[in-house]
Amino acid sequence: MAPAGPRSGDAIFASVERVNAELFTLTYGAIVRQLLTDLEEVDEVNKQLDQMGYNIGIRLVDEFLAKSNVSRCVDFKETAEVIAKVGFKMFLGVGASVTNWDAEGTCCSIVLEDNPLVDFVELPDTCQGLYYCNVLSGVIRGALEMVSVPSCASLSLVFSSSS
Amino acid sequence: MGREVSESCIDSLLTEMVSSYCNRFYANKPELAARRIEAIGYQVGHQLSERYTMERPRFSDHLEAIKFICKDFWSELFKKQIDNLKTNHRGTFVLQDNRFRWLARMSLDPTAEEGVPQDPAALAESKAAQAMSMYLYFPCGIIRGALSNLGIPCAVSADISNLPACEYPESYVLCVVMHACSLCSNGHCHGQL
Repeated sequence: MAPAGPRSGDAIFASVERVNAELFTLTYGAIVRQLLTDLEEVDEVNKQLDQMGYNIGIRLVDEFLAKSNVSRCVDFKETAEVIAKVGFKMFLGVGASVTNWDAEGTCCSIVLEDNPLVDFVELPDTCQGLYYCNVLSGVIRGALEMVSVPSCASLSLVFSSSS
Repeated sequence: MGREVSESCIDSLLTEMVSSYCNRFYANKPELAARRIEAIGYQVGHQLSERYTMERPRFSDHLEAIKFICKDFWSELFKKQIDNLKTNHRGTFVLQDNRFRWLARMSLDPTAEEGVPQDPAALAESKAAQAMSMYLYFPCGIIRGALSNLGIPCAVSADISNLPACEYPESYVLCVVMHACSLCSNGHCHGQL
């Protein structure tokens, strides 16, 4: 029997158990709001969101590897593409694209077209400097660390919606 | 069918939220951790109930509102309804979900005996039981928040149990006890935790 090839993000998303995205969006929003109340400093909240994401990512990567069947990526560019096309799709149900590569190929932007985390979210002026989606950076950082992608300490990903 | 995300997203977010509050932010203050987790749930329940009742007329009485929670609201969240609703007609309601999705991912023997754990395995199990009960503050908060938005201040607590006849051997029964506070007319109810 021929070995199964890598699966598309759409196919995986269609095959997993799915839940109401509003529950997810509002839970995340409530967590951020509570963190802002408890920690007060925006920088501290950013740090905690990243840490939470990291803890999630180190476990979530197992599910990713098991379901996506991707082979080892040859370089960071391929890694970024896989994260954007398969990773985000199979968990959040949204596609992402990779742009803004720097000359060395070590830094890029991953743009989510339609981020479920930010549905209905408006940040007041008092939250300047809050990286609302920082949990996503942490997830990716944790996941990559588990598959031995080096230099993750300086990984910082930019998330923006098209609006 | 509205927008969806994979179930792992909400599972991992909730697990990490409970873990962060219990083990990092309020490591030696389980009471405070519990209040925060419940407060997060309250926020979510309040907002969801707002959204899901936008196009409805007001509920005529408490029972109608609670039936809404058991049927439509629970279905939106868990794709199933509450299996059993009991009341003493004096303000206390018991909601029972025989296959509570969120508990399905946790492995814990709910029939573990009470008593002082002596060995590491039992200690680990009692820690797991503690984590489980912390986790349950979140759905309690959701219910309290949802009902509060419908004008019913209440106290909500939850328990897991196994049905004696082992009808549902592989799943965990969530029993939510809800006491509607007729005395708390100002909307502030210090729920039992």
